Amino acid sequence: MRLRDIASLVRSKNAGPFELTFDILFADADRYEAVKRTGVIDAEYFATLFQLRPADVSIFEYDPAYAFKITIPRPVSSGSPGDGDVYGCQQFGPLADLDIPLEEAT
Amino acid sequence: MVTARLLSATGMLGTGFPEDSLRHGLDMSPDMIGCDAGSTDSGPADLATGLCRYPADSYRRDLRLLLPAALSHGVPLIIGSAGGAGGDANVAWARAILEDVAQELGLRFRLAVIQSGQDKTWLKKRLADGKVHPLANSPAFDDAVIDRSVTIVGMMGAEPIIAALDAGADVVLAGRATDTSIFSAVPLMRGVAPGPTWHAAKILECGAAAAENRPAPDCIFAEIDETGFNVSTPNPMLRCTPISVAAHSLYENASPFQFTEPSGVLDTTKSTYLAVSDRVVRVEGSTFSAVGPYTVKLEGVQFAGYQTIVVAGIRDPVLIEGLDSFLDLCRQSIATRVVRTYSEVSADDWSINFRIYGRDGTMGRYEPVRDAVPHEIGLAIEITANEQKLANNIASIARHQTLHQGFPHWKGFLSNIALPYGSSNLIRGAVYEFNMNVVVEPDEPLQMFRTELVDITSTGSATASSRKAVKSA
Repeated sequence: MRLRDIASLVRSKNAGPFELTFDILFADADRYEAVKRTGVIDAEYFATLFQLRPADVSIFEYDPAYAFKITIPRPVSSGSPGDGDVYGCQQFGPLADLDIPLEEAT
Repeated sequence: MVTARLLSATGMLGTGFPEDSLRHGLDMSPDMIGCDAGSTDSGPADLATGLCRYPADSYRRDLRLLLPAALSHGVPLIIGSAGGAGGDANVAWARAILEDVAQELGLRFRLAVIQSGQDKTWLKKRLADGKVHPLANSPAFDDAVIDRSVTIVGMMGAEPIIAALDAGADVVLAGRATDTSIFSAVPLMRGVAPGPTWHAAKILECGAAAAENRPAPDCIFAEIDETGFNVSTPNPMLRCTPISVAAHSLYENASPFQFTEPSGVLDTTKSTYLAVSDRVVRVEGSTFSAVGPYTVKLEGVQFAGYQTIVVAGIRDPVLIEGLDSFLDLCRQSIATRVVRTYSEVSADDWSINFRIYGRDGTMGRYEPVRDAVPHEIGLAIEITANEQKLANNIASIARHQTLHQGFPHWKGFLSNIALPYGSSNLIRGAVYEFNMNVVVEPDEPLQMFRTELVDITSTGSATASSRKAVKSA
């Protein structure tokens, strides 16, 4: 299945002008823990996608909201001439389609 | 037990709130009404130009409700990061509207205007003294960056707002401030515990975004006590749930656990979120610790050129399949024609970017999907130049060249782009970029900010002496 099939929300947004943050929320602990166990939400994925070093990627497991948060340096600062997304809010498309190795029954 | 009750009008002044929600919120006996009024979120233009992206009419509407509400209930109104970005010009813009509304409604009150614009000479001295420190992913910071900045502001903490309230201000119009300082000032003055205070402030500054599925901007309310705080929505149609409140720590924050303020760090690692009813949530376990010296974050912007944009569609399947080589031909032809017209213009004076919607317009070079061939392409031709007239003229050259650029497959004279706006180019004007991500150590928290006290009366305004006002309990 894809992440979008099991997550209740996938989004991206600026965290200030120089950082981009992704949130992945689940409706309940079961789905959240199941995805956690697969290990696919990791620094390597974001490092590859955004051409960074894994050390540049911060990943948080936020249990109170059954959520992952991932923060990376912004490729260019928000609103600078080369920036195509001033809010950083439409950078999560590939992440939403990320394959999660779980059975549909979950 | 010391408590504080805080009403947040909405997440951004000028985006509105239902009048009924404000009334309900006032019935909950707040000790203050606050509203965040600015952000870096929409880019550098508001700070650079001193203009607010929200229309003055919307600002006016919100202030027409908030000013009399606060004054009639005897509680302060605190507005932070005024005018969209909190720069001195943004504050002046907001102040003019606020004073106008005050005159219109015949209101009398003491206004504190706190400016956050920074002096370049002072900043350079701080830098030389080793009192400026870079944050994560910081561009290089030196005297040259300071010099070419159009505007630099410092983000004030709660202290200048507290000082203004101590001087008898009924309304505080603050320049750039941390979102939380708007709401932490009153509780800290009352001696409420800082952990719950800063966490409640963090939730309140976004208005009803921490409520479940709010359909439109709306108010939110928190009551803080020694061990935690309760958060709820004045609008009875909305509700807060443990998940909606917990999830809000995620929004627009680099970390869900640690939030740095000028005076220390809020830590929510051990925070718990409990439903005390089906609409109200109690949060406990948040802590605040002073870490290192008091620091003020700077925001700065610099000029980045003048832009003109051409928007066009492509529906030719042959052209779409050969788009990369087509655009290479366009770039070469455009450069040749620019040099022909402007022999004195160098390649450093201008640049062209073809933004290709339908392929990678949104993610640019990070777009991983590279093998899809869409049936339609949306093209934005972005021309950036050191003069507006040059940007306009090169955009016209680029539009004409892209329109008729020949390429190998079709034999004959071509017209390649569907222009929806005739020959009109979109003149964007001056563009800017954020250019610093550093904190500064002041000698003390008020040093970097200037407060003016003004008594607003029905006949105008007069500078106030900063005597302590007698406030009713």
